[in-house]
Amino acid sequence: MDTTEIIVTLVGLALAAFVVWYFFLSARPTTSAVSSSGGVQQVDITVKGGYSPDVIEVERGKPVQLSFYRDEENSCSEELLLPDFSIRRDLPAFKTTLVELLPQQAGTFAFTCGMGMLRGRLVVK
Amino acid sequence: MEPTTKTETLDIEGMTCASCASFVEKSLTRTPGVQRAVVNFATEKATIDYLPTQASPATLKEAVVKAGYGVTERDPDTSAADRQAEIDQQKAVAYGKLKRRFWVAAGLAVLIMPLSMLMLWPALMQQMNMQVLNYGLLLLTLPVLLYSGREFYVSAWNGFRHRAANMDTLIAVGTGAAFLYSLAATVVPGWFTRQGIMPEVYYDTTATIIALILLGKLLELRAKTQTSAAIKALMGLQAKTARVVRPGGQEVDVPIEQVQLNDIILVRPGEKVATDGLIEEGHSAVDEAMLTGESLPVEKRGGDLVFGATLNKTGSFRFRVTKVGADTLLSQIVKLVEDAQGSRAPIQRLADKVSAVFVPTVVVIAILTFVLWFDLAPVESRLPLALVNFVAVLIIACPCALGLATPTAIMVSTGKGAEHGVLIRNAEALEKAHQVDTVLLDKTGTITRGEPAVTDFVPAPGQDAGALLQVVAAVERQSEHPLAAAVVRYAEAQEASVIAAAGFQAIEGKGAQAVVNSQPVLIGNFRLLEEAGISLPPAVRQAADALLAQAKTVLYVAVAGQAAGVIGVADTVRETSATAIKRLQAMGLEVVMMTGDTPQTAAQVAQQVGIARYFAEVLPADKAGKVKELQAEGRTVAMVGDGINDAPALAQADIGLAMGGGTDVAMEAAGITLMRSDLQGVVTAIDLSRQTIRTIKQNLFFAFIYNTLGIPIAAGLLYPFFGILLSPMLAAGAMALSSVSVLTNSLRLRGFSPLPS
Ligand SMILES: [Cu+2]
Repeated sequence: MDTTEIIVTLVGLALAAFVVWYFFLSARPTTSAVSSSGGVQQVDITVKGGYSPDVIEVERGKPVQLSFYRDEENSCSEELLLPDFSIRRDLPAFKTTLVELLPQQAGTFAFTCGMGMLRGRLVVK
Repeated sequence: MEPTTKTETLDIEGMTCASCASFVEKSLTRTPGVQRAVVNFATEKATIDYLPTQASPATLKEAVVKAGYGVTERDPDTSAADRQAEIDQQKAVAYGKLKRRFWVAAGLAVLIMPLSMLMLWPALMQQMNMQVLNYGLLLLTLPVLLYSGREFYVSAWNGFRHRAANMDTLIAVGTGAAFLYSLAATVVPGWFTRQGIMPEVYYDTTATIIALILLGKLLELRAKTQTSAAIKALMGLQAKTARVVRPGGQEVDVPIEQVQLNDIILVRPGEKVATDGLIEEGHSAVDEAMLTGESLPVEKRGGDLVFGATLNKTGSFRFRVTKVGADTLLSQIVKLVEDAQGSRAPIQRLADKVSAVFVPTVVVIAILTFVLWFDLAPVESRLPLALVNFVAVLIIACPCALGLATPTAIMVSTGKGAEHGVLIRNAEALEKAHQVDTVLLDKTGTITRGEPAVTDFVPAPGQDAGALLQVVAAVERQSEHPLAAAVVRYAEAQEASVIAAAGFQAIEGKGAQAVVNSQPVLIGNFRLLEEAGISLPPAVRQAADALLAQAKTVLYVAVAGQAAGVIGVADTVRETSATAIKRLQAMGLEVVMMTGDTPQTAAQVAQQVGIARYFAEVLPADKAGKVKELQAEGRTVAMVGDGINDAPALAQADIGLAMGGGTDVAMEAAGITLMRSDLQGVVTAIDLSRQTIRTIKQNLFFAFIYNTLGIPIAAGLLYPFFGILLSPMLAAGAMALSSVSVLTNSLRLRGFSPLPS
């Protein structure tokens, strides 16, 4: 092994480790829903290459309203799926789409794009 | 309407589904002063009755805004249809843009490719300045990158910032790496030559990959719009206006959203029924195919239900509105199909798990591929080889085929099911239905019609059948007994002319009497005649005994003190039942019947339709127990029922099929609802489910095999043995094809048609 090979190997392994850490291991901030006067828990979510916030905490038994603002045209995020609540919705670009649901059980429920690659979590307490 | 109430119609903005509509409706109803609020999702309008003393249009608007939606200022020019057209146009614009980006990329790639090939001819190369050629290629590639491929890079960057990675990440990193390497080789070729590496450029790779992936996206978009075509068609069925008959008798055409409960609506031949209601006057044949899949028009008369979006064929009738907006059958069907399309099939779980970790994992594999090639390949070619394989791994690993495999098939098949009157509650129900090996039928209402019908009409010797039927029908028209209704239906079907009866009298528990053609007539059970001292001639007695032996109910008729004939009444087997049961058996399913009837009746019906195993004298409370009994034998049971008392059994079964539109309770408990009262629907449902699951399995197999084989080949696994390397361009072609072929496979389900009955 020459010096270049050693450098390439080390840099490659470091990069791979970074990818694993960055996408899988690093902690994600959690956002809690804000309850409106009507008792509806509301959360604003921006869709741009992902969902921000992507971990949302809500309370069980109270209606939840998620407003998704899709801030891009890229086709990956054009559909929203919340399979545990039987929801499939088109998100028009640069528009806000409201999604309502009533979580009746505690647990963690994923929401994803149509192909399941952009992901977020709805944590029901 | 009380004079103090005012009505206001608001255009609601931002509603995306039926549940949004109920959200707005709730918010409006809770507003003080509002007496009634109806929100129609399809037309995006809210109609509100309110007391002007307590509420105002401003407070109503506030309530809508509080629910999170907007109110469009009333503009008579923008109807719901216009808005839909606007959305469609937006989509068309996006499609057009994508198409332009593709053509720019394709056009430039066609130029770049042969220019890059020049290097293969040393003679030509000597006359060309390599530097100039490379700069030329760079100039041609830049628009492909910055215009056609821009979205990939933007999206990858956005995703990276959100710690999310998608297929754009792979494309962006792959093509970006190829481009940056080429850029370096173009700008500082000296550095490469000093390291002993040919300063090769990969502009053709970059441009071709982008063109191919855009082509894939283009085809994908086109196919995807077809997957939801069925539900769009359903939504488009709603009538736009209704002809309301005002209490004064005046007829007015009003927009559908202004129709209120208890309005009287007039429907003429050839018109669409505006909403759900009960016929008050008139009769007609109504085509309900759009809701039930039943191809023959259904006869409707006073007291019958009609449904919005169905088509009136022959006569005119008036009906009283019983349901509006989101409560109508059409809206419920749309909602059910929408929900099913959003649900997740258990079969998809593995694909879901893989999709979630797919992209970052592939990036790691690509990095390791690069490192291995760099370390193991000969020094002079290690950098280009490492790069080419790195790019190939990134490009071939398209997770979209995996992501599309299940949902597209579910979308097509649930839509297709609705078209044929089979409503699938969710993807799980669809999946369960294909595993079924035993079908348990509740006899009454599924195999049979569930209502008594005249099966035999036997006049005594010397009696004229036609004349007797007229007389019998005259008496029974006055009666409210269900058996009498069966006789009247029979007479009407025989087109017996209507004559009058006088002095009608019902005799509790025995029958009825009346005077027809100035002769006394008795119709009822044997005791009725016995007590009147009328004896039965042998021929009549024989006929009655034969009917009784077939477990039928017998009505005795006497005219002018003489026995005139007997009528056999029974719950009849539907014409389609035997065929459908045979079909189910041919599909390898065991069909079992259960009924509350006596063993003789049960045996009779079972034999008639070809069922070998049955449970007789089952109490309603024990139905679920019978399902459990079958399940204890290790069977996967589909339960078919139609009544409220079937709900526990429907829920207990592995999959419940509620029949005949079902009661709401039965529908709640059932995974599948058959809109048509016909066992053929069970065949269709199971057949559809089998075909769908087969399609999904093919899709998943294809997607998995493609990635599990594609990635190692792209990484160069075959190189040490066969010297095979996958060119990144081929990888791009394969990737574009993968998702398109999965979609095409799913769309084949559109060709599904139920076996003819
Ligand atoms: Cu892809």
